[in-house]
Formats: sequence, structure tokens, C-alpha cells
Amino acid sequence: MAAVEPIGGAPVTPSRRRRGRRAPVRSWRPRDQAIFVLSWIAGTGLCLCAAALVIFFIVQGAHYLRPALLVTRPSPAVNQALSGGILDPIEGTLLLGVIGLLIAAPLGVITAIWVVEYGRPRWLSRIVESAVEVIAGTPDIVLAIFGLALFELGVFAPFSFAEPGGAFGRSFLNAGIIVSAVAIPSIYTATRNGLLATPRQLREASYALGKTRVATIRRVVMPAVRRDVATGATLGLGRIYGDTAIVVLLLGATLRNQPENNVPLIGLLRGTGSTLTSFIYDSSPAGDGNAPNKAYAAAAVLLLMVLLLNWGVGRIGRIGGPPIHEERRLGA
Amino acid sequence: MSIGKLDFEAELMAIAPERINPPVRHERAVATTVERLRVEAVSVFYGDKAAVKDVSLSIHQGEVLALIGPSGCGKTTLLRTLNRLTELTPSASHSGRILLDGEDTHELVDTELRRRVSMVFQQPNPFPMSIFDNVGFALREQSRKRPHRRQLEPQVDRALQRAGLYEEVHADLDRSALRLSGGQQQRLCIARAIAQQPEILLMDEPCSALDPRSTAVIEDLIVQLRQDLAIVIVTHNLQQARRIADRVAFMYLGDLVELGETEQVFTDPREERTREYVAGAFG
Repeated sequence: MAAVEPIGGAPVTPSRRRRGRRAPVRSWRPRDQAIFVLSWIAGTGLCLCAAALVIFFIVQGAHYLRPALLVTRPSPAVNQALSGGILDPIEGTLLLGVIGLLIAAPLGVITAIWVVEYGRPRWLSRIVESAVEVIAGTPDIVLAIFGLALFELGVFAPFSFAEPGGAFGRSFLNAGIIVSAVAIPSIYTATRNGLLATPRQLREASYALGKTRVATIRRVVMPAVRRDVATGATLGLGRIYGDTAIVVLLLGATLRNQPENNVPLIGLLRGTGSTLTSFIYDSSPAGDGNAPNKAYAAAAVLLLMVLLLNWGVGRIGRIGGPPIHEERRLGA
Repeated sequence: MSIGKLDFEAELMAIAPERINPPVRHERAVATTVERLRVEAVSVFYGDKAAVKDVSLSIHQGEVLALIGPSGCGKTTLLRTLNRLTELTPSASHSGRILLDGEDTHELVDTELRRRVSMVFQQPNPFPMSIFDNVGFALREQSRKRPHRRQLEPQVDRALQRAGLYEEVHADLDRSALRLSGGQQQRLCIARAIAQQPEILLMDEPCSALDPRSTAVIEDLIVQLRQDLAIVIVTHNLQQARRIADRVAFMYLGDLVELGETEQVFTDPREERTREYVAGAFG
């Protein structure tokens, strides 16, 4: 039973945190010492790796990245000075992210709601859970070749354009549909965990006011997991930005974004294009372009975008105070 | 436990000495005999295990009925059966009948029943939204878009006033309800529960998570609220039951052992088990 807190009393001023004496590491058992040292090595080693990565690309970026590159379209040229900028790959990355997220976010969220809030029949919800795991575990190159086989079927000609014996199969729309699969698992998992962490009492409170289950989910449960959804979506977006295989196989990885016809947006969606990842691949010594300077510049931009997203995930977690499940744990 | 209880009483003594010893009886509302809720031979099972066995009782307009008994005696289960919240537990089943104003509650649509028989829980559980929206939520149609705030304002204000919270929060009703203190949150939950003017208010140990000061405020509130509705309250705190209840039902291992006027149950219980429990012999 908690003691009653004294009322009044001297105001407590914050002071420097004092630590009591602790047993020195030297007095620990050898095995504990070894684990202690190993964890320090592992931790600092990871920090060094991350720092090396970021510093390398900051240096390369500062070296090769010019503002003009960001607003110039790439051109086919052997001479790096004439091969243009990376405007199209940047646009392609952003567009693919939007398409992928527009498909993945509703699917992931709705699936999570169904599994957690309804989940009947049990066997079906277990199958759904396994299905998400299968998608999460499938290598993106496998997803890509499956997507290509699918979208080359004649019925999908409107998604790209018709070819003798079927469809071309490569377009922003097709790549966006398949790339959404790499974002769904993180959105699903974040939403599901948020739903599971939302206290049952919150739902009961709503039912006890005479609300239906749908009203409860819409008005009470969803606001409680909004942040989890945002976190999952941001993580999923990072996965889409980083994907290469699907872009190469399903977007065509053309140098420029080439609308299929002159209809605004629709033409773009049905046309081929590139993203930063495919551009980096093509420009690197391994690709056809052989423009490593451009590859470094594009890699610096891509890394910056992903780091911004990660920073965004951390920010989302702090909007408007701790999430409801944490607040409850603290016994607000 | 006993030390905690002493602390509690000592603190309450400091705040409101008249509430302790001798227990001052609040003015009885009216000795109305209008029966609102009738429980007829109700048993509730979780799987094969009976949590409530063949309980019959009735609840009248304007009274506070306290359900007391040791942990696991079925009082919360009985309470949750009254507005069919037990149906949310897949393994739960029941027999017997519960009548609300003569109508079988199982014939009513569950949402309609729960609008008329509202509930306040042990842990304050405000929704993650503003104070206004918490109370307004109850008043809105199912999942419909929010009616204009101006339309809801009078009802929300009135509910907050009845719950004794209005003075403390009216300056900023858009503040997140999660920022309120525990006692304020619980009063907000009461405001939310009475906003749509239910006929019965169920309370499941509404003060057990609160400090003595907030407890005293809520007890006063309960006594005032009973003017307009019937209240069924589950409590572990015998002193609390004695302070606020008009009638007390003692349950033990799923049985309703004794039901009577508060004073009679505490001073002159008919059953030996009741006598032992109210004397603190077990529980």
C-alpha cells in the first residue's frame, strides 16, 4: 500500500544526480567482465560503422553534389560532364514512394485492425498473419520477377502498354503495386502492436457508452494508434526508397522518366522511369553508365532522404506527449 | 493492507472528520419504490465455472446499492452482466433474466441497453482526445460525423457540472483528457457516463485507484447523483459502502448471501458469513 505523500514541505530543487558506490568492474567474475568489454566493443563498433558511412557520403556529396545536379535531367553521355543531373531519379523515388504508400498504408492498417479487433474465424486470422510474414520474408527480387510475370499478362496492358502477346509490364503503376508489398509488413506490424498495446479498458469504456464496435474502432481505437500507423508508414517508406530490384525489373530503370502518352499523370503512371537506387546502380562502375561521381552524389541524396525519414520516425513518437499505452503504464 | 487502510482513514479524518466516526448517514434520497432493474435468478459462467450463482435482486430509482464481498466473489461479473458487458468475454454465458423497466435486457439492442445502463470503471479510462470530445463522444450518434460543437455544448457543460468537474476544466475544454489528474479523469469518466442521461449507473470500484481526497469528492458526487438515477457500485471498501450506500448486497463465492439496508447489514447482519466479513474476519 503506498504511503500517503506528505503535503507541503520544503520545495525540492533539482540537484546534480548523485550515484552511490558500485562494485568496480575489476571485482566482477571474468565472464561478466568479458561480456562487458564485448558489449562496449560491439556498441562502439556499430557507431563507428555508421559514422564512417555517413562521413564518407558527406565528403563524397560535398565533392560531387552540386545544386544544379538536383534540377537537371540526366542525359545519355559517356562523358560525365555532359550526362546531366539526377532530377528524374529524385522525382521517380518520390513518386514511387507515394504510390507504394497509398496502396500499402490502407492495406496494412485495415489488415491489422481486422486481425486484432475481429480475428474470426481464428484459422483465417492465423493465415493472414502468416501471409504477412511470407511477404515480409520474400526477397524483393522474387517479388519483382513475380510482378513482371503478372503484369506482362494482357489484362494488365492498361497499367503499362500493350505488346504483342501481352503487356509491356514495366511502369510506375506496376512497380508501385509490387513495391507496396515491401512496406506492408512494417505498417501492419506497427499498427498491430499499437492495437495490442491499447488497453482493453478503453474499448470497454466505449462499449459501455452504447457504442458499436465500428464506432469504437473509428473514434477511440484509431486515434490511440495514429502514431503507430505514422511510424510504420515512415519505416515502410524508407523500405520503398531503398528498393532496387523491383525498380530495375518493373520500372524499367530508364534514365529518364518517360510518360507513356501525353495524358498528365496517367501517362506518367503508365510510363517507365528510374529511382535513385537504380540510378546509383546504373552509374556505378558495375552498371552501364560508368559515372561514379554521379553515383556518389545520388547515394548521398538517398542517404539523406532515408536519414530524414528515420529522424521523422523519432519525431512522430513524441508528438503530443507519450502514446496512450505508455501514459497508462506510468499510471498517469 | 491494514496499514494502508489506516493511512486512508487517517487522511480522510484530516480532510473530512465527519465522514469517519460515527459514519454520518447521508440523507436518504426518497424512499421511492419504483423498481428500475430486476435481476431474476441470474447465473453467470466462465466456461464451466459459475462466477455468479442464482442471484435475484432489484434496484430502485434514487438509491445506491453497494455490492460487497471478497475478491473473486462475482460482484464485478454481476455488475458487468447488468449491461451485458460480459458478452465481450467469449467464454462467458449466463442464465436467468434481467429486466430493465420490465423489459428483458436481452431483447434490447446492446447499444441501446448500454446507453440506458451506463458504466464507470475501476481505472479512469478517458479516451485519447480532448475533454470536450470525451463527453461529446457519448452524445454523438454512432460513428457519425460530429454535430456542431455549439449544439453539444450545453449538454457537455451540464454533464461536467453534474460530475463536479466543470469549474476546474471549463477554461480549456480542448485540453487532452490524458493531462488531467487521476481524480479528475475519473470524474470526467463519470461525466461521460451520465451525459446521455442513463437510468442506471454502474460503478466498478470507482475510487480504488484514487487518493483519499479524490475519493471523498467522488463519494459526495455519487450521493448527489442518485437523485436522478439508480446507482449500483462495487466496492472493496466497507467504510465507503457504509458511507454512501442505501442498501448493501454481500456476495460470497458467487452467492448473494445477504441483501439489506446498509445499517442493518453492518450492525445486525442476519447471516454468519456477513457478520464475519463486515467484522474483517476474512476477505
